[in-house]
Amino acid sequence: MAAIAQERPATARFGAWGALRGLWSHFLVRRIAKAIFTIYFVSSLIFFMVRLLPGSPVDVYINTLMSQYGYTYDVAADQARSIFSVSADKPLALQYVDYLKNVARGDLGQSVLSPGVPVTEIIFKYLWWTIFSVGLGLLIAFTTGVVCGMIMAYRRNTAIDNIFSVAASLFHSVPSYLFAILVVVFFGVRLDWLPIANMRGSLSSGQQTELSFAFVEDALYHAALPILTYALTGLGAWMLLMKSSTIATLDEDFVTAARARGLTERRIAIRYVGRNAILPLFTQLTVAIGFVVGGAFLVEPIFQYQGIGYTLFKAIQSRDYPLLQGIFLLITISVVVANMVADLLYTRLDPRIRTSGRSD
Amino acid sequence: MAQTTADLAHIPAAEAPATEHHVGWWQVFVRFLRRDKVGAAAFVVFGFFVFLAIFGPMITSSSKVTDLTQIYDPPSRDHLLGTDYAGHDIFTQIVRGTRSVMVVGALAAAMSTMVAMTFGALAALLGGRVDSVILLLTDVVLTIPYIVLLGVLATFVKLSSPVFLAFIIAAVAWPTLLRAVRAQVLSLKEREYVEAARVLDLGTSHILFREVLPNMTSYIIINFVIAMTNAIYGQIILYFFGLVPLSGDNWGLMIQLGYTKGAIFFNDSLWYILMPIVAIALLQLSLVMIARSLEEIFNPRLREG
Repeated sequence: MAAIAQERPATARFGAWGALRGLWSHFLVRRIAKAIFTIYFVSSLIFFMVRLLPGSPVDVYINTLMSQYGYTYDVAADQARSIFSVSADKPLALQYVDYLKNVARGDLGQSVLSPGVPVTEIIFKYLWWTIFSVGLGLLIAFTTGVVCGMIMAYRRNTAIDNIFSVAASLFHSVPSYLFAILVVVFFGVRLDWLPIANMRGSLSSGQQTELSFAFVEDALYHAALPILTYALTGLGAWMLLMKSSTIATLDEDFVTAARARGLTERRIAIRYVGRNAILPLFTQLTVAIGFVVGGAFLVEPIFQYQGIGYTLFKAIQSRDYPLLQGIFLLITISVVVANMVADLLYTRLDPRIRTSGRSD
Repeated sequence: MAQTTADLAHIPAAEAPATEHHVGWWQVFVRFLRRDKVGAAAFVVFGFFVFLAIFGPMITSSSKVTDLTQIYDPPSRDHLLGTDYAGHDIFTQIVRGTRSVMVVGALAAAMSTMVAMTFGALAALLGGRVDSVILLLTDVVLTIPYIVLLGVLATFVKLSSPVFLAFIIAAVAWPTLLRAVRAQVLSLKEREYVEAARVLDLGTSHILFREVLPNMTSYIIINFVIAMTNAIYGQIILYFFGLVPLSGDNWGLMIQLGYTKGAIFFNDSLWYILMPIVAIALLQLSLVMIARSLEEIFNPRLREG
């Protein structure tokens, strides 16, 4: 692309723009291709685990139907087909193609525990609560961490920096699920400060899903502990990252230049230091999204918060394979999409990424 | 480090004052620990857990006496850390549980370090298509949330033996480590002694096993320790989900039982749910501190003074 632009110096300006655009779309194309591959990989992984492992769920299910209910193999296989959206009697390669087709259409089969209910329906019933609580927790952790990290960098080696550093390392080192257990055990049971029994679930019984103040308040009330957990356990990493990133940025020439120009310290801190120091944190955001989603999977059951993590926990415990596959696939898709959005956002924010992509 | 360099290409660094080089790691280690109190404490705590892992099952009895009159007792002289939902002694369970936690953690860490080292180094050394493929696979596995992948994978296999348990944990733990190894090898690749070996046409396996990996020993040891902390969390998660057969002694199992027996909703059960968490936290903290100390021991530039 760059070579073509060089051959036509007459239209250098236009050519460079074209090359840049080409590169941009190239990057985008590459990014999307990788995302699709990831989703394909996970779908295939699920398929082969369900079908190929000895004592696979489909075989077990068919055998159970045959031995317990006296079904013939055909009837049992038929039942299994509707549940797993896999036909056990066809050759494996055909099953695989069928399965991929079904996944592409959004048909993930039915729950074993409640036959007749499509997996997608169950997923969408619970998913929003997780997106809501995880998203809010991540947002709180990120913004607070960025602000605290900058304060730490500006007040280096003072008491406030030391206190924040110790607190950040401490929060960073406690896994979210252990933190959740401690909250329940200490504040819920031992000290009896929090009505944890009332705070279970995603909404109080009788509360309608509507756009009202009462609804938002109730939703926040039930999500408060998970959000607090995500925010506090995530906070430490952001603080430490922002601190080191800010310190590095403070040494940059453009900051010195801005000072020499006599800009106010406040303006420099926000527009010059802050805006640049925050950039590396966006790459970490992609990792964090996956991490928090994974954490939700443990935190939600502990607080009995009925999101997708809680549902997955139940599905694993009751070995409801179609539901489990569906949630696994959906979590992967959402993390992949979130990663992609964060990556694209990052390239928008930092134009250097787009040009540096040229080297490979 | 100096040996392989010395017999291939006589680079000045290898001829540094001999006295400096003859101070073994062990001496550096002991000297360092004298100054680094936190690191020394971490090694002591870790040593204590190793002791429990080796001798714990020998000095305690495996028979669990169910005593329904002593449910959720607080610590006393008979029961140092109190009792659980069926009147079993918690202290005994903690001591006996140490071995499986440590063995599975170390095994899983060894497996994932091995995979990460081999393929990370290969990706960096060979470059090109091999690098792209390995990196793509790494990215794909890295994208899927670790805990979810672990939970789902484990539902499809029977985790009856420690080796299998370690294998499943290692299967999801290698990508982060692989990327770290790859980055490290990429930087080592540009060093003079590797270039010298390449000029001498010594072949990829020689470069990998004789030049690059020996120089990464410290890096690998540190990463092994970190991998072990992750593996320990990994197995706790598997136990917590009830994906591992609920038998034997393990701290994760204690948390799981505490959770399913409703212990986190009973006021008196504080000791039962808390003790395994404290044990895990202590072990993990000692491992993290050990990793930090090792980093400073192996990398003198990080040391002050």
